[in-house]
Amino acid sequence: MAEFLQFAFSGLTVGAIYALVALGFTLIYNASDVINFAQGEFVMLGGMVTVFLLAAGVPLPFAAFLAVAATVVVGLALYRLAIEPARGASAVTLIIITIGASILLRGLASLVFDKSFHSLPPFAGSRPIMIGGAAVLPQSIIVLVGTGTLVLALWLFLSRTLIGKAIIATAANRLAARLVGINTGAMVGLSFAVSAAIGAVGGILVAPITLTSYDVGTLLALKGFAAAMLGGMGNPLGAVVGGLLVGLLEGFGAGYLSSSYKDAIAFIVILAVLFAMPQGLFGRAHVERV
Amino acid sequence: MRRLLASPYFVVIALTLAVLLMPLVLHSTFYLRIATLVFIFGLAVVGLNLLMGFAGQVSLGHAGFFGIGAYAVAVGPTSLGVPSWLALIAGALGAGVIAFIIGRPILRLRGHYLAVATLGMGLLVALLFNNEADWTGGPDGMQVPRLYVLGWRVYGPHAWYWIAGTSLVVGAWLAVNLVASPTGRALRAIHDSEVAARMLGVDVTRYKLAAFVLSAVFAAIAGSYLALFDGLVTPQEAGFLRSIEFVTMAVLGGLGSIFGSVVGAAMLVVLPQVLTVFQDYEHIMLGLVMIIVMVFLPQGIIPSITALARRRSL
Repeated sequence: MAEFLQFAFSGLTVGAIYALVALGFTLIYNASDVINFAQGEFVMLGGMVTVFLLAAGVPLPFAAFLAVAATVVVGLALYRLAIEPARGASAVTLIIITIGASILLRGLASLVFDKSFHSLPPFAGSRPIMIGGAAVLPQSIIVLVGTGTLVLALWLFLSRTLIGKAIIATAANRLAARLVGINTGAMVGLSFAVSAAIGAVGGILVAPITLTSYDVGTLLALKGFAAAMLGGMGNPLGAVVGGLLVGLLEGFGAGYLSSSYKDAIAFIVILAVLFAMPQGLFGRAHVERV
Repeated sequence: MRRLLASPYFVVIALTLAVLLMPLVLHSTFYLRIATLVFIFGLAVVGLNLLMGFAGQVSLGHAGFFGIGAYAVAVGPTSLGVPSWLALIAGALGAGVIAFIIGRPILRLRGHYLAVATLGMGLLVALLFNNEADWTGGPDGMQVPRLYVLGWRVYGPHAWYWIAGTSLVVGAWLAVNLVASPTGRALRAIHDSEVAARMLGVDVTRYKLAAFVLSAVFAAIAGSYLALFDGLVTPQEAGFLRSIEFVTMAVLGGLGSIFGSVVGAAMLVVLPQVLTVFQDYEHIMLGLVMIIVMVFLPQGIIPSITALARRRSL
């Protein structure tokens, strides 16, 4: 049982970050139909900017805040300079633009920062807490609580505020949203900003556990994308569940079966789910108009 | 001249001329090497374009098939005693059979779901090469024995230039023929609307599967060539980044344009070589070029330029 809990906690910690990346994918996808493969770079920027500001003597909370702000600026710039000018292009063209952006951001990060691995000091010490026989790092709990808070805040923002409802309206039907006076362009931009902020917070929370470097984004984008698809693209709840599931599968796969095949185990399950449910766990059936 | 330009075989003729004439200009083996790489990747991308540009199905896992071809000519001769040429054929057939088997369930998925399923498939192949170190040498990769054909040792950029160049011309010719045939029409109908195509009596499943298998075979042959040419193969050849690179080449050059595939491949092979003069700025430039090309030529280089030229002439 202790072993089971141990694997579950390590899986959930990683899964929480996948969930945040998947949530970022979902927000941008809903608002603009773009699959943003630079989503992982938002996570990287959050971690790396904090690390370097901290090293420059900025206190941690302030450094974290600045890192999120910087990432939001990058997200907005991505939308303004690369996505908006290509409006009307096919989905695959937009994907290549975001891949280009991710290569660009990685290049910039390796230049502005460096190419080695960095870590943040744990926010609440490194003495493990024993839960049911499993040793859990305080930072893991911070990651889980932080993710939960972020998801809750996002849900409140989308369902309780006028701006949030305008984002949802834009996602549901852009033309109809514009007809009732919503500035849809601004809403899509806002989705990029929120998405960037979520990614950056995830990157800061997880940096003390998994280390960060200029190129951690690719793998996170890949896992986050898979998680979003597993949950059902476009469904925020699906993204969170999908992320946690992929994390848990990796945790248990690595613990009980083979650590070198943990990714394989996660993807075999994803493939099996998609074969049985081609729209993901929470996705709606796709109806094509002819 | 007009009719020649409009002919679907113009691509084949242009490519043949390019392959024949380039050695007159490219004097150093370095340039020949680059040209050979362009041909090899071009071959894989032409195949992928049949799937993506004509049948409209995305694959983020084609490096898996590329890797199967590459490791076939590495593991076959080293561990199984199979001669390289036979291993190459076996790799291509094996990739085709695997594509046929997994194609049926996978191609039922649409759009991004298909993308993630192919991504998973490619990842599984790469993991296998990475972890079965007894066979594949693990993450460091393994040496690939040279190819012998009728006792002649195929080695160096000169020999491979002609092999890859000829293969690319033949591959492009096959692709052009296929596109102009009823099969090509059926594929394009599927691209435009699956439901409408099905209504017209097109066997959608069969044609999608055919495009998938064919593109897998193209990728596997290209993979074998690269492994034999380089004399070394690593799991990265089957990795996610390689898959993304193929898709990027196809989209940059232009989906649905065979010539575009070669142009896209040329761009992503040559550009990093040119950009090395920028040293640390290399990736920044590469990312910028990708964004700028896609923003200003959203249909890809060749289709966008053709459309511009047509508008000009009217």
